Amino acid sequence: MSGNPDKQTKGALLEVDDLRVTFPTRTGLVQAVRGVSFSLGRERLGIVGESGSGKSQTGRAIMGLTSPQAQVSAKKLSFDGIDLLSAPPRERRALRGNRIAMILQDPKYSLDPVMTIGRQIVETLRTHEKVSKAEARERALEMLRAVQIRDPARVFDLHPHEVSGGMGQRAMIAMMLIAGPELMIADEPTSALDVTVQLDVLNILDKLVAERGMGLIFISHDLRLVSSFCDRVVVMYAGKVVEQLKASELRDARHPYTRGLLNCMPRIGFERHPLPVLDRKPEWAA
Amino acid sequence: MSVAENQAAAGRGSARAVSILSSLGRFLVIAVTTYLGLLAVTFFIGRVIPIDPVLAVLGDRAPTAVVERTRREMGLDLPLIEQFYIYVKSALSGDFGTSVLTTNPVMSDIRRVFPATIELATLGTIIGAVFGVPLGVLAAVRRGSFIDQIARVIGLIGYSVPIFWLGLLGLVLFYAKLQWVAFPARLDVVYEYTFTPITGFYLLDAAMQGQWDVFYDAYRHIILPASLLGYFALAYISRMTRSFMLNEMAQEYIVAARAKGLSETRIIWGHALRNAAVPMVTVIALSYASLLEGSVLTETVFSWPGIGLYITNSLTNADMNAVLGGTIIIGSVFIGINLLSDLLYRLLDPRTKAG
Amino acid sequence: MTASDAGSLSRREWLLSERPASRMQARLGRAYVAWRRFTANRLAVVGLLIILGLVVVAALAGMLAPYSPTVGDLKNARLLAPSAAHWFGTDDLGRDIYSRIVYGSRWTLYVVILVAIIAAPIGLLVGTVAGYAGGWTDAILMRITDIFLAFPKLVLALAFVAALGPGIENAVLAIAITSWPPYARIARAETLTVRNSDYIKAVQLMGASPFRIVLRHIMPLCISSLIIRVTLDMAGIILTAAGLGFLGLGAQPPLPEWGAMIASGRRFILDQWWVAGAPGAAILIVSLGFNLLGDGLRDALDPRSGDQ
Repeated sequence: MSGNPDKQTKGALLEVDDLRVTFPTRTGLVQAVRGVSFSLGRERLGIVGESGSGKSQTGRAIMGLTSPQAQVSAKKLSFDGIDLLSAPPRERRALRGNRIAMILQDPKYSLDPVMTIGRQIVETLRTHEKVSKAEARERALEMLRAVQIRDPARVFDLHPHEVSGGMGQRAMIAMMLIAGPELMIADEPTSALDVTVQLDVLNILDKLVAERGMGLIFISHDLRLVSSFCDRVVVMYAGKVVEQLKASELRDARHPYTRGLLNCMPRIGFERHPLPVLDRKPEWAA
Repeated sequence: MSVAENQAAAGRGSARAVSILSSLGRFLVIAVTTYLGLLAVTFFIGRVIPIDPVLAVLGDRAPTAVVERTRREMGLDLPLIEQFYIYVKSALSGDFGTSVLTTNPVMSDIRRVFPATIELATLGTIIGAVFGVPLGVLAAVRRGSFIDQIARVIGLIGYSVPIFWLGLLGLVLFYAKLQWVAFPARLDVVYEYTFTPITGFYLLDAAMQGQWDVFYDAYRHIILPASLLGYFALAYISRMTRSFMLNEMAQEYIVAARAKGLSETRIIWGHALRNAAVPMVTVIALSYASLLEGSVLTETVFSWPGIGLYITNSLTNADMNAVLGGTIIIGSVFIGINLLSDLLYRLLDPRTKAG
Repeated sequence: MTASDAGSLSRREWLLSERPASRMQARLGRAYVAWRRFTANRLAVVGLLIILGLVVVAALAGMLAPYSPTVGDLKNARLLAPSAAHWFGTDDLGRDIYSRIVYGSRWTLYVVILVAIIAAPIGLLVGTVAGYAGGWTDAILMRITDIFLAFPKLVLALAFVAALGPGIENAVLAIAITSWPPYARIARAETLTVRNSDYIKAVQLMGASPFRIVLRHIMPLCISSLIIRVTLDMAGIILTAAGLGFLGLGAQPPLPEWGAMIASGRRFILDQWWVAGAPGAAILIVSLGFNLLGDGLRDALDPRSGDQ
């Protein structure tokens, strides 16, 4: 299934071809990502898989944030024509936060606990743009308003532990969007949040991505969420892409693993006895 | 902001005040019981262990009349619990009896010698922190590298070497052979009579009075013992810094900071170290306390007229009042620093404020 | 597991078996894994060798030392520099420093062993009782422990020796009195983690007395973390004992205790550096050995602390 990019647009924002991430361990090499390929325009792409399927490592490899001992290789890994793998570290760093940003799972851990939310947002901006302190503050407040925080001036001076999870994740989005990136990688952005605020946060993210015409990679284990939220879906299993299809065509998925994922979801009005168990065949990973 | 949110905020504010008050109360209880424990132990040492405390204080050659008078004065005819009550009362008012050796009240002796110890321990801690923190940070960031190995060796030796022996070797090398530092004392004899200290911290006093020759002389005397103590502080501080930094660098907010495009320098010193700084305060405070203790041996080697030398001199002369008074003072400062570091930790970490 | 069964497997496979057939096999297997992890750490092995060396030297002191440790040749051999006859030179009383260091190893072992067998059981008892009993017993015992923890150890030991009188036995006692609190803390923490576990409940249901539960079921679980901590503390104990000896409060002359030897060499430090130099180096090496061994044991036996 890998390869065969069906609509290879010329000005693709991100192109990934045969991406591999390998970790050396005491017992030998472990391949977390084994030949992932896809391309992305200014659209919303969902990557779905169970934990350990390599979806997060794929995101981190694009960001250049895999741990130092990991080996990353690819036939092609380019962002807006820039070859990421051969780019010097300084150039990659300049891309991060500025043109490619990433939202992590749990704001409780991904925001610096001893720095106020405002300073963390300002920090992103001032890393990439030469702006005065006063202007940076203004822009940060504006960004906080954009993620629908009602009292931005107050939240600006709060520490992360003083806000709720939903508010923290909005601050995280503000922090990652403030420099105006073109590609956003959201790694399970709502899994750590209360169910009640998950949709709020998703809607905010969706609206901002649409308004700014950004590309989005939405990494999640939740196929239904991804299918309702994204244009296209990549299904990963054991470090490989097993199926790639349009969200609207999800019902026609052919791969048994995708079908399995779909069948796991409860639907109102259907008796489910016995509960279906996800099938895992070794040949899918081969 | 809605009414409910306002109320919630107000509630948080008062909850915070309550939590600070209750933790202050807890600190007070801990301070008082620990101090009482310290007094109980010194009381036990001074009054219960010796077969005859009077002889322990006066020595066995005192005339019988004096022994009897002292026995009454010390209240040794009273029941133990009453004796302890009197002991605590006088200790709280700073009365530790009279030193047999100097014939002064122990407290006034200690007040005279204590600044020398504080000056030495403070300089030692500064040296230890200034070199230890960066060393620990570099060791953590370049884990397994050459600098990490160096930090490890420095730490291991610091944990294993007898401080007084290293001090003696230091004297052989830096005083006798290289003549980089002055002989063991606080000042050259010339200055002993011309220089009038104000605070008792000679470096500070000399600088305040503009006597730069005295300052330089004081520096040449203090630098070796302070560096020695500093080395021990460094061994401990760098080891702890390394482990705190390794812990912080593995956190998710570091990944987020990288995703923002921050430079490694900024991530290490601006984010990871700022988070590690909270427990570091405790470590530096504890190392300060342990340097006060380490001064007992260091001062003996360097003839440094501080409380350590005072205690050891009193020991060799069986001057129990002075020994126990000194023990209580060092113990009190020790307890105080322990509690203060705990309190500072709570103040510095924004997470504990919400309680 | 019978002998013929074992024969068909290699000894290594038998030890690493996922399904040990007996308690003995499981225990040996665990020990083997720990040993493998320990020996993979070269510095820890160096530490172990140093400590084994110390024990051997102490045991064979009579054979290894060419001269008497206490009686010297005052007439001909005062303050001689190191030479073939006197490897580390001689001191002011004409005694061979090498021989004194060899015999001094006995006193070092004497101190660490005695302190360990006095302090560790006290800490173990206080900690397990506090942790198992809970409530007021726990609060009071831990308050006392914290009070002792808040004291400066060396100064307190000094005060104790001052009252008890100088001597190596009193130094041991003073050090033991000041070093049990961390053991109590550790034992309590371990006790708290197992106190509410099902197998302790099962023992309770079978009618075991609290005394028996603490002694037979809780204390054994605390042993391994306690051993690690005691080993890590050994260096500190040696240094404190040497410090007391240096101040003239520990071992008394003519005992060849290393700290006291440094004190007596102090007067000649500028001209005859070897008198104080050699015993200090001996202390450094042995402390280093215990530190390396302790670190290695911690890494091998306590996987939680990981590779930090």
